[in-house]
Amino acid sequence: MRINSFFYTIGQGFKNLGRNKWYTLASIATISACLFLFGLFYAIITNFQHVVKTAEEGVSVTVFFNEGTTEDQILAVKSDLENRAEVREIVYVSAEEAWEGFKEQYLGDYSDGFTENPLADSANLQIYLSDVSLQPALVTYAESISVVRSVNRSEVTATTLSGVNKLIAYVSGGIIVILLLVSIFLISNTVTMGISVRKDEINIMKYIGATDFFVRAPFVVEGILIGIFGSIIPLVIVYFVYTKAIEYVASKFTMLSSLLNFLPVEVVYNKLIPISLALGIGIGFFGSFTTVRKHLHV
Amino acid sequence: MERGYRRKRINRQIPEDEVITLENVTKSYSTGAPALNGVTLHIKRGEFVFIVGDSGSGKSTLIKLLLRELVPTDGEITVLGYNLRRIKHSKIPKFRRNLGIVFQDFRLLKDRNVYENVAFAQRIVQTPSREIKRNVPSILATVNLAGKYKSKINQLSGGEQQRVALARALVNRPAILLADEPTGNLDPNNSWEIMKLMEQINENGTTVIVVTHNREIVNAMKKRVITMKKGVIIEDEEEGMYIDED
Ligand SMILES: Nc1ncnc2c1ncn2[C@@H]1O[C@H](COP(=O)(O)OP(=O)(O)OP(=O)(O)O)[C@@H](O)[C@H]1O
Ligand SMILES: [Mg+2]
Repeated sequence: MRINSFFYTIGQGFKNLGRNKWYTLASIATISACLFLFGLFYAIITNFQHVVKTAEEGVSVTVFFNEGTTEDQILAVKSDLENRAEVREIVYVSAEEAWEGFKEQYLGDYSDGFTENPLADSANLQIYLSDVSLQPALVTYAESISVVRSVNRSEVTATTLSGVNKLIAYVSGGIIVILLLVSIFLISNTVTMGISVRKDEINIMKYIGATDFFVRAPFVVEGILIGIFGSIIPLVIVYFVYTKAIEYVASKFTMLSSLLNFLPVEVVYNKLIPISLALGIGIGFFGSFTTVRKHLHV
Repeated sequence: MERGYRRKRINRQIPEDEVITLENVTKSYSTGAPALNGVTLHIKRGEFVFIVGDSGSGKSTLIKLLLRELVPTDGEITVLGYNLRRIKHSKIPKFRRNLGIVFQDFRLLKDRNVYENVAFAQRIVQTPSREIKRNVPSILATVNLAGKYKSKINQLSGGEQQRVALARALVNRPAILLADEPTGNLDPNNSWEIMKLMEQINENGTTVIVVTHNREIVNAMKKRVITMKKGVIIEDEEEGMYIDED
């Protein structure tokens, strides 16, 4: 394709937008609405995931050992457990450290009365998981080790968190798929409308000897342009909504904000910008391409 | 006519200067009698041919077959060496670039001006911009529209609109000009102007085929006249006349 034909095609794509203004605006508005909702969902979900992840990182399994187990034996178990995929980190807490921690946390100044360590057998391993849903398997395994006396875990937290995580993933996935289908349907309508409005022109082009590509390309360009506009507009709006929301929560609910700990807008937008653009362009391309194939028999 | 006779292929070598060849061409639409029924026709490069006949005699069907808008039900059509029954879909655009086409209803782009309508034809065949800027004014001068290049289509008379359509058909220098009732919507003066322009184009070497109902012009111009009736050619004469129907 020649360079000036390339620009002609792009130019025609732009002109198509103007030729059926109202349909174009309707399509851009719907894609914008869809991607706006998507952006909001995305911001909420990433924040929620952030909260969940922080909580997950705090979930740990504590392994206690039989009386008389030596430090070497414990460290051997530690390195054995570290080889498991679901284990993120293991912290060894010696009996002395356990006692110091206990004193600090609960006894304060009253600890002077103890001459020896009452927690002599409380050396333990604190295991942090990379994936809380795999906690039961780890617990079963740890309990089967001979020197292990008991395993403390927080079953409820682990299953709830992984359950909530899955639920969010399914619900948001479902909503996003529906929004995308609606958008594709609308673009397809716009392009169909454009094709019917320009039937005569398309016929003339065919008589003159335009290739299929040359006839079809402007409609696909039109779809892609609608997709691009339809993704930039909501990105701008969501940006303002998000920053305002953070400010508002921070000023009105001081208590809550220390608990919730929002992600900064840059972190959210690092991924939201490319995802939204890709979705917008993808919807525009897919919607127009399939429509052109279906309705434009050239 | 029995099918056995019609299906017989005539092994005729197409002469080098023959640009249009129809051998026993039949075209049936889904309903009714065939619109063309076993038509055989040869046209040489540089000829000027009128096609006349009653309404419904198959003239437009013949033009559509030559454009490869329609495919024959039976028989062979060869235009400029392209076998139009076997031509691949992807080769049709390249084939059509050899044709200039003019219709009764002009078929111009009403949202663009005169210049753009003609330049459009060149853009479609991907002519470099530099050449478009040179070719369009020169062809507009040929059809006597040099002063109107900026006008909107709806500001032009019917005759002027048809001259724009003619310029568009000619700007890509076609080997064959096909016109289906080009003067059907024009008054006598404008009709003559269009016909004279087509004669001039023909004198420069383009093969011209004109479907028309204009008896006066056909009789005055002394060209080859093909007369059709009910899907068959009933008369084909050099310097022919418009045959009156009883
Ligand atoms: N798309 C179609 N479907 C079915 N029949 C058709 C179609 N187009 C034309 N016909 C029929 O084929 C026959 C020839 O039509 P055609 O248009 O070729 O006639 P014509 O000679 O151009 O007539 P006119 O002088 O009125 O333009 C007519 O009987 C017409 O009704
Ligand atoms: Mg006709």
